[in-house]
Amino acid sequence: MYNGKCLDLSFAATETEASDGIAQLSRGLATHGLPAHKAGDVKIALAEAINNVVEHAYADITPAKVKVRCRLHQNWLEILISDTGNPLPGFRVPDGIPASLGSTIEDLPEGGFGWFLIHELTSDIRYERSNGCNRLSLRFDFPEPV
Amino acid sequence: MALTSTTTDATQIIKVHSDRIDAAMAIQFKEDMRNQAEGGATRVVLDLTSVEFIDSSGLGAIVASMKQLGNERRLDLAGLHPFVEKVFRLTRMDTVFKLYPTLDDALSTSAD
Repeated sequence: MYNGKCLDLSFAATETEASDGIAQLSRGLATHGLPAHKAGDVKIALAEAINNVVEHAYADITPAKVKVRCRLHQNWLEILISDTGNPLPGFRVPDGIPASLGSTIEDLPEGGFGWFLIHELTSDIRYERSNGCNRLSLRFDFPEPV
Repeated sequence: MALTSTTTDATQIIKVHSDRIDAAMAIQFKEDMRNQAEGGATRVVLDLTSVEFIDSSGLGAIVASMKQLGNERRLDLAGLHPFVEKVFRLTRMDTVFKLYPTLDDALSTSAD
């Protein structure tokens, strides 16, 4: 039997709408009972995944909507992010190799951490491209504390 | 994005008046930091007490702000919320910046 709690939100794929959408989803998940110790992980990974859609999937094309669907179960959370933008390169989830910090301040990276953070903070990542639609699914497990 | 600045002795404190530094405000933040820090003290402490969340774009903007200061000056960070601190720790940027739990902690430690 399905017993998850649902939280859905859809917004225009702009940086400002995304910023507000991420804050709204994070508050909603807390209200629905997402454990407080997972709240940071979920918010960071969710923000990186949504920012990727805004910055890359809709790069050079007219931005449409980002749809986010959250299903909160007792011991796990699944977040499905869909958009109608460009597919991920190679139709696959990018590797999560972090940008190198380099050896001097000038060398320090100012980006390239997004997918690394998503890999670090999620339990599972799935990606599917069909009918011109990207569907990225992020899963967060939170086994009950012993 | 609102930043305010106060200078005491050899330290300039720049306070961020926003609950987040994210992709939507990263470019503005970088510009505002450049304006605020221009010609200021050798040590700059960025007071993040109000900031509850940053993403990798916000992190990149803070890194860029440090680069803008050049080699003669340094940027320390104070008042990191747990979510903010986590982004620094995961990306290992906690090894690049000096992080202080509160502004008072940052100010009770003088520059090297």
